[in-house]
Amino acid sequence: MKFDTPAGTNPIDRLQVVGQPTDRIDGPLKTTGTAPYAYERHDVAPNQAYGYIVSAGIAKGRISSMDTREAERAPGVLAIVTTLEHAKPLPLGKMNVAHLFGGAEVAHYHQAIALVVAETFEQARAAAALIRTTYARSDGRFDLAKAALSAGYEPIDDEAPNPQDVERVGDFAAAFAKAPVTVDQTYTTPGESHAMMEPFATIAAWEGEKLTVWTSNQMIAWSKASLAKILSIKPENLRIDSPFIGGGFGGKLFVRADAVLAALGAKKAGRAVKVAMQRPLMMNNSTHRPATIQHVRLGATRDGRLTAIHHSSTSSNLPGGGPEVAVQQTKLIYAAPNREYWLKLAVTDLPEGNAMRAPGEAPGLMVLEMAMDELAEKLAMDPVELRIVNDTLVDPAKPERRFSQRHLVECLRTGADRFGWSHRQAKPAQVRDGPWLVGMGMAVGFRNNLLQKSAARIKLGGDGKLTVETDMTDIGTGTYTILAQTAAEMLGVPIGDVMVKLGDSDFPASAGSGGQWGANNSTAGLYAACVKLREAVAQKLGFNASDATFAGGQVKAGNRSLPLVQAGPLTAEDGIEYGTLDKQYQQSTFAGHFVEVGVDAYTGETRIRRMLAVCDAGRIINPKSARSQVIGAMTMGAGAALMEELAVDKRFGFFVNHDLASYEVPVHADIPHQEVIFLDYPDDKSSPMKAKGVGELGICGVGAAIANAVYNATGVRVRDYPITLDKHLEKLPAIA
Amino acid sequence: MRAFTYERATSPAQAAAAVTQQPGAKFLAGGTNLLDLMKLEIETPRHLVDVQDLKLDTIAATEDGGLRIGALVTNTTLAADARVRRDYGVLTRAIVAGASGQLRNKATTAGNLLQRTRCPYFYDTNQPCNKRKPGSGCAALGGYSRQLAVIGTSEQCIATYPGDMAIALRVLDATVETVAADGRTRRIAIADFHRLPGDTPQRDTALEPGELITAVTLPKPLGGRHVYRKVRDRASYAFALVSVAAVIQRDGTGRVAFGGVAPKPWRVEAAEATLPEGARGVSARVFADARPTEDNRFKIPLAERTLAAVIAQAKA
Ligand SMILES: Cc1cc2nc3c(=O)[nH]c(=O)nc-3n(C[C@H](O)[C@H](O)[C@H](O)COP(=O)(O)OP(=O)(O)OC[C@H]3O[C@@H](n4cnc5c(N)ncnc54)[C@H](O)[C@@H]3O)c2cc1C
Ligand code: SF4
Repeated sequence: MKFDTPAGTNPIDRLQVVGQPTDRIDGPLKTTGTAPYAYERHDVAPNQAYGYIVSAGIAKGRISSMDTREAERAPGVLAIVTTLEHAKPLPLGKMNVAHLFGGAEVAHYHQAIALVVAETFEQARAAAALIRTTYARSDGRFDLAKAALSAGYEPIDDEAPNPQDVERVGDFAAAFAKAPVTVDQTYTTPGESHAMMEPFATIAAWEGEKLTVWTSNQMIAWSKASLAKILSIKPENLRIDSPFIGGGFGGKLFVRADAVLAALGAKKAGRAVKVAMQRPLMMNNSTHRPATIQHVRLGATRDGRLTAIHHSSTSSNLPGGGPEVAVQQTKLIYAAPNREYWLKLAVTDLPEGNAMRAPGEAPGLMVLEMAMDELAEKLAMDPVELRIVNDTLVDPAKPERRFSQRHLVECLRTGADRFGWSHRQAKPAQVRDGPWLVGMGMAVGFRNNLLQKSAARIKLGGDGKLTVETDMTDIGTGTYTILAQTAAEMLGVPIGDVMVKLGDSDFPASAGSGGQWGANNSTAGLYAACVKLREAVAQKLGFNASDATFAGGQVKAGNRSLPLVQAGPLTAEDGIEYGTLDKQYQQSTFAGHFVEVGVDAYTGETRIRRMLAVCDAGRIINPKSARSQVIGAMTMGAGAALMEELAVDKRFGFFVNHDLASYEVPVHADIPHQEVIFLDYPDDKSSPMKAKGVGELGICGVGAAIANAVYNATGVRVRDYPITLDKHLEKLPAIA
Repeated sequence: MRAFTYERATSPAQAAAAVTQQPGAKFLAGGTNLLDLMKLEIETPRHLVDVQDLKLDTIAATEDGGLRIGALVTNTTLAADARVRRDYGVLTRAIVAGASGQLRNKATTAGNLLQRTRCPYFYDTNQPCNKRKPGSGCAALGGYSRQLAVIGTSEQCIATYPGDMAIALRVLDATVETVAADGRTRRIAIADFHRLPGDTPQRDTALEPGELITAVTLPKPLGGRHVYRKVRDRASYAFALVSVAAVIQRDGTGRVAFGGVAPKPWRVEAAEATLPEGARGVSARVFADARPTEDNRFKIPLAERTLAAVIAQAKA
């Protein structure tokens, strides 16, 4: 189905099942521990052996030698695969920057250099420690601030007019020089780790030429092509199965070392092999959100109209890697006639930087929205009003291009009202509650809605039940449930009559889970398949498809009605493809974030007290799972604002805090009352579902809202995230 | 993890003898620290002597009005004991500020005292670390040292003693009771139990090889307000950046020990005289010899401010 004109009325609009706060249909599997996560799939292949990953102990250099003799003799060892068995690195998979395995070159710390396969996990681990590796270290570049001095320009997006330069609208320099009120500040955000609960994990088994991997991966079609390329096998000989994923946050968009090593280990051992990446390797072996140094300059009239916006960001990556696109949202979020943005990329030899939940916007808004708070203060203007005054309904660089929907002002007004924003004291450090300094902050959230083609198959069984098949993934987001809702709505059956099967590369290729595009596109793809099935059903039952309605298990037209089950068995397959509606219209999602914090006047510890997000993200397919997404993202934003930081050892070139004890993410006690309000405006330009993404919107802006609340509480502005107590402690108001 | 042999000891002296006789043997209590370190091959004992059957799991009154806490009393049991909660509140508060409910159910009194540092370089076997591998160097010096010690350190090691319970025991002047392989017993004042690193950072405590902790005794109750304040980046389940254990009397006099700042619970008795005048004087004296790094300099003002919070709380 080609979607190239705005959606008219369709069966989804009935909202009998779609739009209802539906419990997860896979919930019982998860709560009973029976959901098949990759590492525990003991039943899929017989006689599984255990692999244990050996990783590089240096950040840059070459392996001089690896002595595996002792390890080979260790009890239970079946096979050892070393990187030196390959003369050069295995090919890169899609979006991989650092090679995952092969060759003597070490590109970053904890890069995989061997896999030990043994009868038990403990034997593999013990033997792994017996491998003796010697290295020739070479010097590396491990300091972003230093590397930034020789960074080069990078394009911001595909449409950048002159990719190797500054992107300009109007005359920023002149407008900024003339502006009566300005902000001109530099900010930093640190590297962050996905730190998902389930590590990378794969079981691999060969049958002759054919390889099956049971793994944990967000993007099945990409990863099938990538893994085939990395292993130099034909894609048709590879099957990937990933029905349950214990969190990914972008870390599992691409093939990682677990899958490659499990496949190589299984080949060498002649057995099925399972590999889970050890937790201490997760931070340095894989990818992370790159650290940034950002600069924002804002110029405004005295009544708060922005006349000039500059936003630039420098990040670093391994050679061949990309930048963190932290300035992306600034192109679209506020009106201002004179604008300037650039991105720079430096080369470092730290581990690979890559996508993490809302890449670009998450760190970009942490900065831009702090700068806006600083501007509001200089203007003596309410921060909410400042955003409202500068709202735009068109792409500021191309005024003929409207937003398909934009209710940001309503998000802000509703949020301010519901949060009790009027009680905020504009002057910071005014509110005390016992030992706590109390403050409120707000920020705008913004994240684009991306359209990706997506396909699905739907089967009507002889028993009247429906089965959905697509390689779409559920990374904890609720995909199973929203697909079941979509099918139930389209065919007029109870949700309990829909079975959803996901994550198998033998199923039709979906959009996958990334960039908050999964929900809208995968349901739209299924919508297309359902339309086909309705046609087939109508034909079989002798109805005219355009007249037939599907409800209560019946198909009706005029005064004729037949049970749907009579049409089974039938199978339909289709997908959604998009025209140019996303070029004609800017499609984005919006939020107003409101936060109250307490900062301990003695110790400087910040504890969040309340959080509210008001979201404008199209039709909300399932308010319950959407809320879970938003509060999860708000929680991640709280981590980014207050505690998460990959600490760099600039001498040895690695992230020092590489486990979950030392890389702190929020725990339950950090997260107080969270409230989410959805405005629920269907967007007919986004898809027949009229839905958009919400999974990343919740993290966009929330960090700045927290930071602004901390400032409102203390009167001390910290521009280097995370805002840990050491950064403001000595500037806090005197203690009694 | 290296392969090891395992036995269950039947009496304290037998346990001590078993560890003394076998080179590379260690006691195993709750295992929440030792097993983690073994998995990473930071600890590589060849033999484990499990002490869980030794019946050292009771809390009893002593003749001088204090309490004797068996070495195997779990953190949960100890923190919940009615006498402890009534008379030694600082101890209960310190324990429940640490780890998680699940870990405290397993962790023992002796094991808790002996938990090893959380220095991140100690945990990464690719890195030089004098505590883990004597003579290899100290990666934390000049590296990432935000969590590490500001006082009591040496050129060889700047690691922090990470625990909470021991900070309270220090303020309470507890005593550690031990038995050796030959049956000899010893009483070690908590002040002397943990060592400063000096040139031998691999040795954390005054225990001799094979010496078994049998109990920890508390002197009779001190009265006063008992406060334990733990400061950290997140609200729970994190080691202290700084912690303060204090027992403060109505007249403002009292005792105070600091955690998260030194290789051992840090208490300077001589500084306590000025406690009634507030935090500043005490803190200045306690940290007079501090040698912080750029990363952890903030701990000194933080300790002072945390003490001020504790004093205010005790007064309230
Ligand atoms: C995730 C996590 C978070 C934690 N957070 C905190 C925290 O916030 N605060 C805190 O204080 N602690 C914390 N801990 C540490 C925890 O308190 C310790 O792991 C626990 O107290 C150790 O007790 P155990 O009985 O399990 O010791 P084990 O691991 O069994 O033993 C530890 C050591 O003591 C020796 N040993 C045990 N018993 C004896 C004995 N009777 N005589 C002589 N030697 C003996 C062992 O040989 C070993 O060397 C945390 C631990 C984990 C895993
Ligand atoms: S501070 Fe101590 S524990 Fe840490 S690396 Fe140095 S020697 Fe090892």
